[in-house]
Amino acid sequence: MSVLVYTETEKGKFKKNTWEVASYAAALAEKLGTEAVAVAFNPTDSAALGKYGIARVLQVKEPRLEAFNARATAAVVRQAATEAGATTIVVSSSADARFMAPILAGVLKAGYAPNVVGLPEQTSPLVVRRTVFSNKGFAHTQLDGTIGIIGVSNNAFGATEKGGNAEIQDFAPELPDSLFGTRSVSVDKATDKIAIADADIVVSGGRGLKGPENWGMIEELAQVLGAATACSKPVSDMGWRPHSEHVGQTGKPVASNLYIAIGISGAIQHLAGVNASKVKVVINNDPEAPFFKAADYGVVGDAFEVVPELIEKLKEFKAENA
Amino acid sequence: MKILVCISNVPDTTSKINFTADQTAFDATGVQFVINPNDEFGLTRAMWFKEKQGATLHVATVGPASVEPTMRKALAIGADEAIRIDAEATDGLFVARQLAEVIKNGGYDLIIAGRESIDYNGGMVPGIISAMLDMNFVNNCISLEIDGTKATAIREIDGGKETLETSLPLIIGGQKGLVEESDLRIPNMRGIMMARQKKLSVVSPVDMNQGTEDRKFEKPAPKGEVKLVDPGNLDQLIDLLHKEAKVI
Ligand SMILES: Cc1cc2nc3c(=O)[nH]c(=O)nc-3n(C[C@H](O)[C@H](O)[C@H](O)COP(=O)(O)OP(=O)(O)OC[C@H]3O[C@@H](n4cnc5c(N)ncnc54)[C@H](O)[C@@H]3O)c2cc1C
Ligand SMILES: Nc1ncnc2c1ncn2[C@@H]1O[C@H](COP(=O)(O)O)[C@@H](O)[C@H]1O
Repeated sequence: MSVLVYTETEKGKFKKNTWEVASYAAALAEKLGTEAVAVAFNPTDSAALGKYGIARVLQVKEPRLEAFNARATAAVVRQAATEAGATTIVVSSSADARFMAPILAGVLKAGYAPNVVGLPEQTSPLVVRRTVFSNKGFAHTQLDGTIGIIGVSNNAFGATEKGGNAEIQDFAPELPDSLFGTRSVSVDKATDKIAIADADIVVSGGRGLKGPENWGMIEELAQVLGAATACSKPVSDMGWRPHSEHVGQTGKPVASNLYIAIGISGAIQHLAGVNASKVKVVINNDPEAPFFKAADYGVVGDAFEVVPELIEKLKEFKAENA
Repeated sequence: MKILVCISNVPDTTSKINFTADQTAFDATGVQFVINPNDEFGLTRAMWFKEKQGATLHVATVGPASVEPTMRKALAIGADEAIRIDAEATDGLFVARQLAEVIKNGGYDLIIAGRESIDYNGGMVPGIISAMLDMNFVNNCISLEIDGTKATAIREIDGGKETLETSLPLIIGGQKGLVEESDLRIPNMRGIMMARQKKLSVVSPVDMNQGTEDRKFEKPAPKGEVKLVDPGNLDQLIDLLHKEAKVI
């Protein structure tokens, strides 16, 4: 018995979400009285996993996996699970993990519980708490069968450094060419911007901002805070901002530590997608805007006055606390 | 080309979510059900393939007879035939197995499902089907072009997008972006009339275990009052975010 964690790398470096899922796997292993094993793809710094409580790293060196391939990755994780004698597999909520995990569930005929917000409340069988109905409810879900997959919700558990050493072991799974029927041709990624999925802070603008020409202050606020930018659905539908920034029930989910909504009314579909954020700040000139009911902090005021001043004050704050 | 669109029947996005008194199930009282929004984008893209590339278009749903109005809506939008697998959709593994059986028997070239159902947010059915049928799969798909048996798809990744080349048979988990919002179809009168005559077959489920069971549900704890900060006193907001919320 062991807990296996699927870790994600980009150009050899672990992605930020790695530390959270590794910490989760280590805490779960402790609870089950067993060890946490990681599987890593072309990593350059496997030892770093030891600090988060991983006992053993199965490292795969495979040029065909330099570009992410969901099906081949699922095949590796399945073989790693056998090698490690895993009864639970832990994955993140990244786009790649959400692409790979269902394939793995299908291959293993295993139960998969996504959007899990904490350690299992019961271990035999495993029962986990996860969000359902787009954050409008929670389910306590039992994983049946001999192996189960847990998808940890972004920022739900956090990363905990424990200090420890991981034993590193080369692992060479079988990967027939038939697994590579889907090939990556190109990746288009803004390198100067923070992705919504990776962001601790998200600054989001709605129709209250009147037009795309007014987004300068949103970008600047995001820059001061080291935040990602997002928007409501109509804003992307009207082409003021790219579709990739649309958040909500039918857009990207947001589970950041801080979500700042500016000129957004707080429609139920918008809230459904952003409510998993820990702290929500609303800036809106209408005190009756529904978003105030879902917010932690609010400023009733004109965004065109509040936001520039907030930027100045934050710059001062950053200078003092640098 | 033969296309199957997998449609899940979900509460309308404006629904208030309640659970039964014993907290063991979703309470559907007064809830309006619709085609899952992600599947609506897929269905519209499938209609484009039907109209521009002469594809045959079927839809399938795993669910009891109460889901049939949603299936009729898909027929009214333009699907040629509908298949209902007569079983409660208990979990992703079970649902995927049922759809895989329909796909295997129907000889479909392209399967369009959604990235997730907005009810249980599983995000797993298309991926599980791909594994069960050894089929190419693209998730979070925001663009799909088919040329013969070759397919070019774009998927959303964290912080950008990736273009993929693959081939039929193929299954996708689609979402907004597959078609423009303004191109989404609403059934017209003629479509609704024609849908009544279209074939809606009901098939029995095959045996399959569940991988998960939802034992109990609860609603989120009620939210505390919002703390309002005066627009003339934004230092206070920064102070609260720094010292109280500890997020900056
Ligand atoms: C099936 C379906 C799915 C949907 N999915 C989503 C989704 O995923 N995400 C999403 O966002 N929406 C979604 N919607 C749309 C949703 O219902 C709302 O229409 C949308 O969220 C409203 O966007 P908004 O808040 O930017 O605009 P509005 O509702 O127009 O709100 C603008 C706000 O700005 C405020 N304002 C105006 N001027 C100022 C100013 N000078 N300073 C400060 N505040 C100002 C106003 O008081 C108002 O509250 C969906 C709808 C449907 C039907
Ligand atoms: N009961 C169902 N019947 C038909 N298709 C479904 C069903 N449940 C899920 N799907 C399909 O699988 C996609 C992902 O659903 P899920 O894995 O439930 O989040 C949906 O968008 C549908 O295309």
